[in-house]
Amino acid sequence: MSDAKPVRFMSGGSAGGTSPALPSAPTVTRVMATVVLALVPGIGVYAWLFGWGVLVSLGITVAAAYAFEAAMLRIRGRPVWPFLKDLSVLVTALLLGLALPPLAPWWIPVLGAFFAVVVAKHLYGGLGQNSFNPAMAGYAVVLVSFPLHLSRWPAPVTLLDAPLGLLETLRLTFLGQLPGGMALDAITSATVLDRLRTEGLAGDAGAALSALPFLEAFAGHGVEWVNLAFLLGGLWLLYRRIISWHIPVALLGGLALMAGAFHLADTGQYAPPLTHLFGGAAILAAFFIATDPVTAAATPRGKLIYGAAIGALIYGIRVFGGYPDGVAFAVLLVGLTVPLLDQYTRPRTFGTGGRLR
Amino acid sequence: MSDKPNGEIVRDGLWTNNQALVALLGLCPLLAVSSTVINGLGLGIATTVTLVLTNLIVAALRPWLRKEVRIPVFVLIIASVVTVVDLLMHAHLDGLHRVLGIFVPLIVTNCAVIGRAEAFASRNGMAPAALDGLSMGLGFTAALVVLGALRELIGFGTLLRQVELMFGEGSRFLTLTVFPEYQGFLLAILPPGAFMGLALLIALKNRIDHQQRARSLQLVSDEAVGDPAKA
Repeated sequence: MSDAKPVRFMSGGSAGGTSPALPSAPTVTRVMATVVLALVPGIGVYAWLFGWGVLVSLGITVAAAYAFEAAMLRIRGRPVWPFLKDLSVLVTALLLGLALPPLAPWWIPVLGAFFAVVVAKHLYGGLGQNSFNPAMAGYAVVLVSFPLHLSRWPAPVTLLDAPLGLLETLRLTFLGQLPGGMALDAITSATVLDRLRTEGLAGDAGAALSALPFLEAFAGHGVEWVNLAFLLGGLWLLYRRIISWHIPVALLGGLALMAGAFHLADTGQYAPPLTHLFGGAAILAAFFIATDPVTAAATPRGKLIYGAAIGALIYGIRVFGGYPDGVAFAVLLVGLTVPLLDQYTRPRTFGTGGRLR
Repeated sequence: MSDKPNGEIVRDGLWTNNQALVALLGLCPLLAVSSTVINGLGLGIATTVTLVLTNLIVAALRPWLRKEVRIPVFVLIIASVVTVVDLLMHAHLDGLHRVLGIFVPLIVTNCAVIGRAEAFASRNGMAPAALDGLSMGLGFTAALVVLGALRELIGFGTLLRQVELMFGEGSRFLTLTVFPEYQGFLLAILPPGAFMGLALLIALKNRIDHQQRARSLQLVSDEAVGDPAKA
């Protein structure tokens, strides 16, 4: 029953497999493999700019997610190998791993993977039945539970005197040991959104932004290159018709519109839209997280509302909420409305009832 | 009118018709204060006392109760009893009363209390009504305590923390630190932990019931039990 939904993956342009002339619907494995490929450039740039921690943390998340998936499939009496092979776990794990700070101790990704795979996915019935985005649910759980660990983001390696090597990163992640005489503060730094939060709220976001070391780049701090790489991967997904344009455009549009309006209203207090688009996880959310075929809205109009609501909510949480970034909560909250959205935006079948215009 | 045997009344309250796990009544206080064992126990006992007293009074007033106004009368009786319980706790268990806060007076709105008054006490004599209140209350308390233990263990790594609120300073030694140097897991203490914990308890109860039924029907046990789709 979990693989009974391939039609929803076809939400791109072509209508879901009614005509015999269409190519067969892509399998879950093919879709997921394409998504993983599209993530590769972003992960590469991320690891290049922020060091080994990125790969170590992703590795732990993926290994833990696969272990939990296999265990749950066994417990539920499902065939283990075919489900492991479909790569959906890999996508969930990668998105969760990218959401987590790379230098977090090993048990944080493991715990996140546990909640993502065991609670958010399998307890709700497995792939295709889960009502919440598993990666974001797992992330939200560790975010509310361990705020301290989840707010330590690494500084770009280019800014460090002595960036951690692979072995040192492994020692830090698994044993909590840093090379002699080094403090954790030496290799971490506030993200753009952290600075916006702490200093922007105090008064002058413009000053906070120009104090950042990387302002010559347009959003600050090195993340914009990572986000550009994710954007590239996302555009490729669009081109391959794995996702449709509705959700990314609506999400980024909603975010940019909110940021633009507030920025125009008070330039000193609110950061410009580009900072919001490229400073946090908005790009990743727009192309990879919010487009999850299981938990996103399915109808075209529904997708537009869904995306725009997430974008607006991300802005609201960032600027007025309690967290520097709000992607996970925005995706989960708007995800709650999906059944309703799908119900009320269902396209009318041609020739049947409905309003006359 | 209905004369249930006492054993069945007790079994109903503690297990078969457990107000928290089966009837899902009184969830608001259940979810809100079950963050530690002591909180759960405190609210559980207060609810139990209320249930016994209201059931007793409702059953005693049965000859004079008119069907048309019974609900307002129940509410008046429950409100009076809860006020007494609230004042008593305030006088003798001030610390606990402060921790439980608004949830003691809110027992008035606990649907389990008015539910038992309507469904049982107004149709039975005083003795069975008191027994029903006692077993329903104990069943509710048990659910609160188990959920509290689960959340406290995962959230703080301890059991019976703040035990002195209920049993006085001399009882501090009862607090068990199960995991020393535990960093704490906030989620279990926060509202989501309550919902997840309650869901797990309900699942556990259903599974036990399921196994028992399978055994009593003398089915091939591994066929019926091993199928999670039926649970």
